[in-house]
Amino acid sequence: MDMDGAASAREWVEAAGAEHPSLVDTQHQLDALFGVVNVPNVIWIDENGVIVRPPEPGWAAPVQYPGWLASRLDEQVRNAVAEAEAEGREPIDPRRAMTGGQDRDSYADAVRDWARHGAASRFAMTTEEVIRASRPRDPHRSEAAARFDLGRHLWERGERSAAIEQWKICHELQPENWTYKRQAWSLVGNEQLGGGVAGRFNQGPLPGREDEWPFPSSFRDDVAAMEPGEYYPKTM
Amino acid sequence: MILERLDIDTDSFAAGTGWVIKPEGACKGEVCVPFLRRPFDVVETAERLGMALVHEPAHGVWALGPESLTGRTLVSAEAPEVVLSDLDGNEFRLSSLRGRKVVIVSWAPY
Repeated sequence: MDMDGAASAREWVEAAGAEHPSLVDTQHQLDALFGVVNVPNVIWIDENGVIVRPPEPGWAAPVQYPGWLASRLDEQVRNAVAEAEAEGREPIDPRRAMTGGQDRDSYADAVRDWARHGAASRFAMTTEEVIRASRPRDPHRSEAAARFDLGRHLWERGERSAAIEQWKICHELQPENWTYKRQAWSLVGNEQLGGGVAGRFNQGPLPGREDEWPFPSSFRDDVAAMEPGEYYPKTM
Repeated sequence: MILERLDIDTDSFAAGTGWVIKPEGACKGEVCVPFLRRPFDVVETAERLGMALVHEPAHGVWALGPESLTGRTLVSAEAPEVVLSDLDGNEFRLSSLRGRKVVIVSWAPY
């Protein structure tokens, strides 16, 4: 789910060596169509084309980061902790908010159970349950999707400021949608960092250049304010 | 869904939103919402389906958001058609997997 599509996805898809289809969702259609609000989000659909589990956080296995990314994340954690201590605040490990409240190891087993037992699997939901479990969508959230789309349209035409203004409204209207937030932060952060292998992971102001960051928040600041289970709600 | 004009046809509307325009109204899955007015008017239909319609006059476009009439993302458990490209630009349709169990995993390179 990236506006840069194949250009940013290719190396990861090829490294994974997957046998299944790998697609690019440059317009974040999965958000509007299914209610995806974060990555990874997993959707189960049966043989008849009926959704049996709406989007939820899910993992195939414990997350493994490439060495360079793991080092960068460790550095970010050290910086966040050091900054908190210097300011007299309790240090918050940003990874705690992101990984807390989940049982990542069991998700793959649930998928296997469904593969084996189909509708009889205890993990398969009825249509009423699926609809009820799907994300809330009020008119604000419909507008958030429209504003994200508008921002994307403008960004692709080189209208940086206009795109950012739409995304700021979008983020305010649907604060729980992390793909809308991180896509926008990543595009701007990547350009501010000048690209490079870590460019897309720069989702906040660069040290000493805070006044150049156009958004009211950033990935680090939002995660620091979160409780476990808020970023990835436990659904299983 | 980006609109460059408001007089779009029903096929375009269906392709972009998943709502098919039938004699009884706008329909998705088992849900149909009747019209008050003919012919099909995107502004009225958007209003009845709770779809945000945002105008960006400086760039001459509108953006149409997804429906919110039920208060939930999913109006129906029927999976919508999804049309996305693979890495080489080839079109892939979710409906091509009918007859198999499907797990869609979203991810991002950031």
